[in-house]
Amino acid sequence: MKLYLKIWRQLNATSKGEMVDYEIDGVTEHMSFLEMLDLLNESLIQLKERVIEFDHDCREGICGQCGVMINGRAHGPLKQTTTCQLHMRSFKDGDTIYIEPFRATAFPVVRDLKINRTSFDSIITAGGYIGASTGQAPEANSIPISYETVEASFDAAACIGCGACVATCKNSSAALFVGAKITHLALLPQGKIEASKRVLTMVDQMDKEGFGACSNTEACEVECPQGISVLSIAKMNYEYNKALIMKK
Amino acid sequence: MKSTTLKNKIIIAGTGLFLCFFLVIHLLGNLQLFLPEDQAREQFNWYSKLLSGNVFIKIISWVLYLSLISHALYAIIVTIKNNTASKQNYHYDKRNFASAWNSRNMGILGTILLLFLIIHFKDFWYVYKFTNLPIDAAGNKDLYEVVVQSYSQLWYVIIYEISFVALGFHLLHGFFSASRTLGLYHPKYVKAIKIFGWGYTLIITGGFMAIPLYIYLK
Amino acid sequence: MIDSKIPDGPLADKWNTYKAKAKLVNPANRKKLTIIVVGTGLAGSSCAASLAEQGYNIQSFCFQDSPRRAHSVAAQGGVNAVKNYKNDGDSVYRMFYDTIKGGDFRSREANVYRLAECSASLIDQSVAQGVPFAREYGGYLNNRSFGGVQVSRTFYARGQTGQQLLLGAYQSLLRQVNTGKVTMHTRHEMLELVLVDGKAKGIIARNLETGAIERHVADAVVLATGGYGKVYYLSTLAMGCNSSALWRAHKKGAYMAGVSWIQFHPTCLPQHGANQSKLTLMSESLRNDGRIWVPKKAGDDRLPNSIPEEERDYYLERKYPAFGNLAPRDISSRAAKERIDSGHGAGPMKNAVYLDFSDAIAAQGKKTIEAKYSNLFAMYEKINGIDAYKEPMLISPAAHFTMGGLWVDYELMTTIPGLFALGEANFADHGANRLGANSLLQACVDGYFIAPYTIPNYLSGELKATKISTDHPAFAEAENSVREQLNRFLQSKGTLSTDYFHKTIGRLLYEKCGLSRSKQNLEEAIVAIKTLKASFEKDLLITGDDTLNSELEKAGRVADYIELAELMCYDALQREESCGAHFREEYQSNEGEAVRNDADYCYVSAWEWKGLTNPPELHKEPLVFENVELAVRSYK
Repeated sequence: MKLYLKIWRQLNATSKGEMVDYEIDGVTEHMSFLEMLDLLNESLIQLKERVIEFDHDCREGICGQCGVMINGRAHGPLKQTTTCQLHMRSFKDGDTIYIEPFRATAFPVVRDLKINRTSFDSIITAGGYIGASTGQAPEANSIPISYETVEASFDAAACIGCGACVATCKNSSAALFVGAKITHLALLPQGKIEASKRVLTMVDQMDKEGFGACSNTEACEVECPQGISVLSIAKMNYEYNKALIMKK
Repeated sequence: MKSTTLKNKIIIAGTGLFLCFFLVIHLLGNLQLFLPEDQAREQFNWYSKLLSGNVFIKIISWVLYLSLISHALYAIIVTIKNNTASKQNYHYDKRNFASAWNSRNMGILGTILLLFLIIHFKDFWYVYKFTNLPIDAAGNKDLYEVVVQSYSQLWYVIIYEISFVALGFHLLHGFFSASRTLGLYHPKYVKAIKIFGWGYTLIITGGFMAIPLYIYLK
Repeated sequence: MIDSKIPDGPLADKWNTYKAKAKLVNPANRKKLTIIVVGTGLAGSSCAASLAEQGYNIQSFCFQDSPRRAHSVAAQGGVNAVKNYKNDGDSVYRMFYDTIKGGDFRSREANVYRLAECSASLIDQSVAQGVPFAREYGGYLNNRSFGGVQVSRTFYARGQTGQQLLLGAYQSLLRQVNTGKVTMHTRHEMLELVLVDGKAKGIIARNLETGAIERHVADAVVLATGGYGKVYYLSTLAMGCNSSALWRAHKKGAYMAGVSWIQFHPTCLPQHGANQSKLTLMSESLRNDGRIWVPKKAGDDRLPNSIPEEERDYYLERKYPAFGNLAPRDISSRAAKERIDSGHGAGPMKNAVYLDFSDAIAAQGKKTIEAKYSNLFAMYEKINGIDAYKEPMLISPAAHFTMGGLWVDYELMTTIPGLFALGEANFADHGANRLGANSLLQACVDGYFIAPYTIPNYLSGELKATKISTDHPAFAEAENSVREQLNRFLQSKGTLSTDYFHKTIGRLLYEKCGLSRSKQNLEEAIVAIKTLKASFEKDLLITGDDTLNSELEKAGRVADYIELAELMCYDALQREESCGAHFREEYQSNEGEAVRNDADYCYVSAWEWKGLTNPPELHKEPLVFENVELAVRSYK
């Protein structure tokens, strides 16, 4: 099939970007979206032009490195699907596709469709862990955890850190990302000990990184490739409020 | 603590819920307008006097004013922060697909409500407090007459009805959003709150919408 | 002769003996020492975090935009550990034996025993970090049986065990970033190793965001850069996985061992077209319920559901009745390739076999199958647009895990003093074939429990060494060679993209040095690779400049792949036996089974780089088996 692409090109964080038109022929329905971009880049190389830079790595939906806005939606039209797992059978011959980077003040563009998501790492660095150093751990079965608890914790822990939640949020809020980590750790007995300190430092850092506030529109859950529940945001708020009240 | 956004949200949620509570009281009082005319006049005017005279009520009303102001003020602060966080727009934007219209436009709905409140305060609160109104049989200021006069004008009823629709949408999202901000995360109660929120919104909005129509059509 | 430095004493005591005698560094001195860790997967993150906790300064590097992206994240199945929670007869010795046997007796006893020994602590460590392993209703950890072993020793977190373990390690790493002991360098690629007086003392890295070439000095360098299965282009690996760090260390003197031992995973999605970039892995657990078959008639074009039962060849059940569809990975993969090559392949490109769930659905009901595999069926439909509840899946083998890597001794140190290799980047523990759920284990054990003893043991000797700065001539020289290569790429005026060369070398290797090898094919491959190398020198076309440029990044990786491919062929050619993943067509039984030659090839082939124009030099490390009897793997 033949497609008309409108792709965001931007040289670096400070330069002004623009949408550029491309045409691409010979796309087959079995191709993944990123393979379609590979094909386009191959043709740009033949034209001796600079290729379109985009982030990607595992191409099986788990590393969280890929992610672009496709026709105005994070990771494109399918539910619970990363950009790399989106296939061209979701499009038809003659379609025009808009491709833009995930946009947020906290996610500056590096080049073209590549963005800088270090702000996510900084939030984890601020406190998104359990302070268990190597070699200190007690026998694993000495802490029984109910099946339901561990499954709920896993649901939140499944976050791949792609940033689709931020990209699709009208406020560019990172509440789902932070909420998922808070929930993952706060549900587990091992994580409860530092829960108050963790939520306060992480929420602080989230603010500092320049993310917006959560308006509970729930758009993030709809676009999250792992389908992480917005209730993890409420859980974060619960932990935060509790920490404020109980703080010495 | 340096963090502000989440705290601001808590203020918005807390004041919002207080305003929700106030709406119930307000509606209950206003239901007196559905009584037969003579009875309604006497009851309603007595009730209005009660509200303006009692020290306890006075304190509550100050809390109410403060809530209104801070609800709006903090909403503006958070909105500014949100706009800074999402400066760049998408050239092609279909994000609306993923969320409800009212949840994205609480600011606009809130602004409509603010404008409404200015009119509402001017026409009733100000008139009652600072102008000389006729006295009814029981010797109370005849606010009932003001109400009846106001709602006999079609354009005035229309403004009210539109504002109440905005109120409805604002409440529908606001009530449930506040519960989330305050940390209600258990799936079972979340569902209960959602159902309660719908019920609450329908009753409050329906009740307020019925009053001007009832009086206009009478 | 190369010295593997295995401690004396009985097998079960070796690691304790080593730990008791290993030299330590005084806490006050640790902060004077810097360690570079390249790679942030399970091995890299766990090693960096553990050493930082001890008080060393860590410089951590990854080419991705965040340490959490490393490809450990993609491992699905689980992680093995000797806990014997199921009370089904597991023990350190049994796990040791399973791993040695699974590796077709081509790994070191001492290393494998240590791997099994440390496995239990890993589960404790991960649980403490908050890894949500599957549990039973009573709250205790659950296990499953995996990869053809007779006990349940695999711990898992749904189908995302690698992700959960990695997040645990990543969080530990970032916790140390917070304390200031670790400095993160994301979007940085190591392009050269710097040696001073024969010891690893630093690296040259390229900032992939700006293109800046940076010098980093340290007292020791750790490579935890994963495997190089991506050399086949089509593989289950991430697009960025590469061999460059290993290869450049190899060219500086580190030996490579078991280079051609690459595991092909039998249950991957087949190639569908020329532009395909990736073969997605479907969890092996599918083979518990799916039956594998091909049409009996070669070139059968009918749709699978219209091929009657009697015209289907359930070849695994036919050839290996004892294990059937659960035969080990190397055997299943090879059997699939044999069927495909003989013209019985299924699917539009005739390059796949069927994995059929109709019997399982009929016997257990669709609900039960859904409960077990719904996420995998959904993934299959997402990628192929086919509902596997109604139609059999198409699967084919794909390059997956490299047993080979940098040769390391018992301390995980390469032949370059001060250069350590951890995880998939080294060759040590899996022999010629890796058992399922042992890769996550090895990466974690190397990083959490072994390197934190062996690296200080080395560093204790470096305290008195004169401090080197990045002004040292060795850094200037290394930087220059990096710049020269980058300039050469940028100035090349050919017509072919890096992907073209990558795909070409991948196809060549798959055909000649893939699931099965032969003398003739390997010799042909070596010639073809030399031609390709020459073509790469003159026909390469790179657009863009020396700032951010993904094509330039790929060029360096492909250049290394081409050289690595040649070594793989030499390695496969020299080893005139079939063992594990290495199947030489000349060395098979009448029934087509691998025939090992323990008399002549019971050693590790460690290769030394001898320059661009010379063939590599072989060094042999004899494998001594004192605790197990060398047996023939039989899955009949």
